[in-house]
Amino acid sequence: MNKVPGTLKLGLLRGQMEIIQFTRQKEAVVFTIFFPVILLAIFGSVFKNTIAPGVTFSQYFVAGMIASGLVNSGFQNIAINIPLERDMGAIKRLRGTPLPITSYFIGKAISVFASMAVQVVILLIIGTAFFGLNLPTEPIKWLTFTWILILGTACATALGVAFSSVPKNGRGASAIVSPVVIVLQFFSGVFFVFTQLPGWMQQVAAIFPLKWMTQGMRSVFLPDSFASQEVAKSWESGRTALILFAWLIAGLFLAVKTFRWENK
Amino acid sequence: MIEVKGLTKSYGDFKAVAGIDLTIEAGEIFALLGPNGAGKTTTVEILAGFRDRDAGSVNVLGFDPATKGDAGRAWRNRIGIVLQSASDAGSFKVREIVKHFSAFYANPRDVDQVIEAVGLSEKRDSLVLELSGGQRRRLDVALGIIGNPELLFLDEPTTGFDPEARRAFWSLIRDLKAGGTTILLTTHYLDEAEELADRVAVITAGKIIEVSTPALLGGRSTAKATVSWMEPTGIQSEASDIPTAVVNKLAAQFGGEVPELAITRPSLEDIYLKMIGGQDE
Repeated sequence: MNKVPGTLKLGLLRGQMEIIQFTRQKEAVVFTIFFPVILLAIFGSVFKNTIAPGVTFSQYFVAGMIASGLVNSGFQNIAINIPLERDMGAIKRLRGTPLPITSYFIGKAISVFASMAVQVVILLIIGTAFFGLNLPTEPIKWLTFTWILILGTACATALGVAFSSVPKNGRGASAIVSPVVIVLQFFSGVFFVFTQLPGWMQQVAAIFPLKWMTQGMRSVFLPDSFASQEVAKSWESGRTALILFAWLIAGLFLAVKTFRWENK
Repeated sequence: MIEVKGLTKSYGDFKAVAGIDLTIEAGEIFALLGPNGAGKTTTVEILAGFRDRDAGSVNVLGFDPATKGDAGRAWRNRIGIVLQSASDAGSFKVREIVKHFSAFYANPRDVDQVIEAVGLSEKRDSLVLELSGGQRRRLDVALGIIGNPELLFLDEPTTGFDPEARRAFWSLIRDLKAGGTTILLTTHYLDEAEELADRVAVITAGKIIEVSTPALLGGRSTAKATVSWMEPTGIQSEASDIPTAVVNKLAAQFGGEVPELAITRPSLEDIYLKMIGGQDE
């Protein structure tokens, strides 16, 4: 008798299947990949000003777009898709097999990461080519970029799975999840310069992870001299890591506690 | 294989399962037969580990399906489950999804052999959403048996099939049994239970009212025959264990041919409908 396959190996296989499933929905692929580019084009054309010496709005906006990509591809996408999968009986079917639930979660995270990687590459290429985006040259910035992307993906996935228990079924999911995401984007300084938002909005945003992902991405794409213009007069990298990690743990805990394999 | 005692499950005030005892032996096809809403699916979902019971004891392959956590993995490795009406996996190809599910198990069957066995070889590279209802159901079975289960749960497998598809499906199930798989089948089709099952439990309103072989169900083999004939006053009939003697008596009485003579025995359907008290649709 062979042993049942390992959780991580099955997680990788699930990731592969999630990616296949995603790429077969052509419209979704095009939308997901080009949505950030379209937004960059719109905002880049509307706001041609510079925010600080040498910092264009586009430069500022790219950081926000990458961070909100995590929220769209991770949190929003998962919190809407899991209720749909429940409706179709997909999760119940998996539940009847020896597949560990952890592998299912890992598969989701992998597909979010893959989607993010493609989105970011395209956004950076088009941003550099057409919107005067300057890419950082220091390796340390790219290191920051990588850890925020990975931690952000894990965090957004876990919270997406946790939030997927809120909608009763697939039909209502989008109406419940999307407003949360849009409000969070406005509050977190994705579309506007964060420090120009009202103080109470900044304080609300500081509770949630998107503000920290956005600020973290700014620390990658903006010159270090800009740090003095942040709320705390610093990039707060350590605090960012800590807060994202705390949300990841909370998300995982809630995801495992509340996960259902069929709709109520 | 399966040992159930005093099983109950309620949803609010509704008693879906109201005290069921069951024993299912290795190698048999056991059918739970009953009208819609009788408690068949709830029973199967409890046995397959999807629902918690309110009371009673359940033992499936030496394991309590209500056990939480990772302990269930080794157990799920030994069972196969085909539930009702799933519409998932549409954007995968048939072979892709069967192969993917085979990776979950310690000793899976050969992917192509399973696809062949369920008659989907020609559709192996088609997307699942392009399959007909019957083909999709056979894919469900393929995913249920890919792990080479000792025990297979089939919840109303042929609902919505045309007669030809049902025959093909039945022959697949018989092949599985011949291969040594124990099968618990729920159905509200009497002919399906008669065709496939070694033993049948008739379930209605959450209770099992009889467990028997299809041939003996409801005392069918010993049921009285009805002899009917025409008298000047109208049709007469007589229920009897010895209908031939009745006919002889009548022949003597009429001095030869008995007008409109008929001898009928209850069909399995008559017996079944009587058992469930006309609750079926």
